[in-house]
Amino acid sequence: MGGSANTPLIEVRDLGVRLNTSRGPAQAVRGVSFALKRGETLGLVGESGCGKSVTALALMGLLPESAVISGSIRLDGSELVGLSDANYCKLRGNRISMIFQEPMTALNPMHTIGRQVAEPLRRHTNCSAAQARKEAIALLDRVGLPDAAKRVDAYPHQFSGGQRQRATIAMALACQPDVLIADEPTTALDVTIQGQILDLMADLVAERGMSMLLISHDLGVIAENVQRMAVMYGGTVVENGATDAVFTRMGHPYTQGLFRARPRLGVRKGTRLKTIAGTVPELADLPSGCTFADRCAIVEDRCRVVLPAAVDVGAGHGVRCLRTDISMAEAAGVLGA
Amino acid sequence: MTMLDQASPSAELPLLDVKDLAQRYTLPRESVFKPAGQVHALNGVTAQVMAGCSLGVVGESGSGKSTFARLVMALERPSSGSVSLMGRDLNRMPADELRRARRDFQMVFQDPYGSLDPRQSIARIVAEPVTALGRMDRTTLRQRVATVLRQVGLRDADMDKFPHEFSGGQRQRIAIARALITQPKLIVADEPVSALDVSVQAQVLNLLQDLQDQFGLSYILISHDLAVVDYLCDEIAVMYLGRIVEQGSPEDLFAHCAHPYTRALLEAVPRARAGGVRRRRGAQAIASQSVGATGCPYASRCALADQHCREIAPALRKVGPAQLAACHRAEAVMALPPISSEES
Repeated sequence: MGGSANTPLIEVRDLGVRLNTSRGPAQAVRGVSFALKRGETLGLVGESGCGKSVTALALMGLLPESAVISGSIRLDGSELVGLSDANYCKLRGNRISMIFQEPMTALNPMHTIGRQVAEPLRRHTNCSAAQARKEAIALLDRVGLPDAAKRVDAYPHQFSGGQRQRATIAMALACQPDVLIADEPTTALDVTIQGQILDLMADLVAERGMSMLLISHDLGVIAENVQRMAVMYGGTVVENGATDAVFTRMGHPYTQGLFRARPRLGVRKGTRLKTIAGTVPELADLPSGCTFADRCAIVEDRCRVVLPAAVDVGAGHGVRCLRTDISMAEAAGVLGA
Repeated sequence: MTMLDQASPSAELPLLDVKDLAQRYTLPRESVFKPAGQVHALNGVTAQVMAGCSLGVVGESGSGKSTFARLVMALERPSSGSVSLMGRDLNRMPADELRRARRDFQMVFQDPYGSLDPRQSIARIVAEPVTALGRMDRTTLRQRVATVLRQVGLRDADMDKFPHEFSGGQRQRIAIARALITQPKLIVADEPVSALDVSVQAQVLNLLQDLQDQFGLSYILISHDLAVVDYLCDEIAVMYLGRIVEQGSPEDLFAHCAHPYTRALLEAVPRARAGGVRRRRGAQAIASQSVGATGCPYASRCALADQHCREIAPALRKVGPAQLAACHRAEAVMALPPISSEES
């Protein structure tokens, strides 16, 4: 623990991940940097294959052994890249926890909920089985599971989707982690349940002073739940900044495209959705320049030469685009549309 | 659409007419001495779809929306009620006739990875609804496959590829092509875009709208995403525990919804805009479907419920010129201030 309030709790610098796929090596993540202080929240947005989950797995040390990781991930100043598996096991579920998208597959169907929630306690603390069980009941109660004392011995299939996700949250929180990574925690849930789960996570972050990395493809979820956000595309962060700043002045053509493509409530029927031409590039054959170049409406020749560096367009608001002068002028139109 | 029909009984015959549809499933027996329990998956649903119009069905998981889709597709027999397509009751038809009638209604499933056989070529997958109806010579068949593939924005050359060679959005286009090949009048789409990325989702939604404009198709679009249904449908039915609790045009529903459940759904949608402070929703108990319970099924979650609501179940009634709601206090709900939209 320790560390003053100003030093980041977790600091990722120039993270790169190369995965071995059936189509050859793929640079799934390149040049991703961010830092989170205690109690801060960061959102990662992007479509499938943009590298957001790979980033999360790199933080958790859960990438396959064949993955090549470059750059640095520091937790409270100590380096995590290259940490031995045994040492990682001491951190995982203890100081860094993760909530997964699909609560059914994240839970073991053969073990009771109580046992699974108690598992991190048994592993990382000197709890006796009885203490761990008591603590598991308290945790399940905290995450809003009705009748926790009775349902602690139930199996995952006896729970609804929302209840299962509450159980995985209880599991992630068992050892009071410093960093919570939530990978699409509400994508499999109904909107009303999604609201409850996000409320719960916000409460817990405030209550325990955790740092949270929230991964989602839903711009609405990001807008309402995190202080800062990073938009990922083709393995890089194409735009990052304070959530309000990004939503007020979207700088990257991809962020703008993503925003325009969503069907929105109350937009009259007959209006066409503005699509982004083309498809998400394969990570195995990314273009050498800007990864978004092939789908961008304002692409120029120089965009295809090298990956653009992030340009500051406001306080702490960076955009990886050479043509922010044009794209930012259009942004007003995006938000008004 | 439903309400227009009621206003003018002489209007033309609806394409699809669902009357008082109910479906019960038997639960596994908990004890040898007790009768097996039952789940009322669908509890008297009545709806109509006119040719060229679309009905959106929204609701949480367990609301019965997928059961409704399966019954409309005649994939199951209902416990009671009827489904009529162009005046013919699907459940009273001989099996052979039903098989031929299936050319008029086709389905698009949620998961484009699970709904296409990985071992079959695209040509064979797309042609299957036609080959199932009878023999056709190879050249004509391939021509028809090429035509529908072009209609959904794929190329002729894609015919001899296999599903793994396509992305999620392209696969969903293939699934739509397969539904289109029999030139159906009605397509039932169960969560057609929820497995797709945002940018691809927009392409598929635009395609569905183009196809409707081009061929005068009707859709029944099942979705948990209100914005998707709003975009594509002329009429929306909100389902809760096997019943339609509110029905009306998207404009009416979003401007002044009459059922507290519709309002709860609308309020729960996160808004993508700056300064989006979290709105606290408050805990909501999750209701279950107990058989024989009296009163409004939503009463336990409803902030407006009173004694009357807990005793007598409200019937679906007219609350506007083209809006129905099953709520005793619909007028009070409609008088609430409108829900903030994303733009404001």
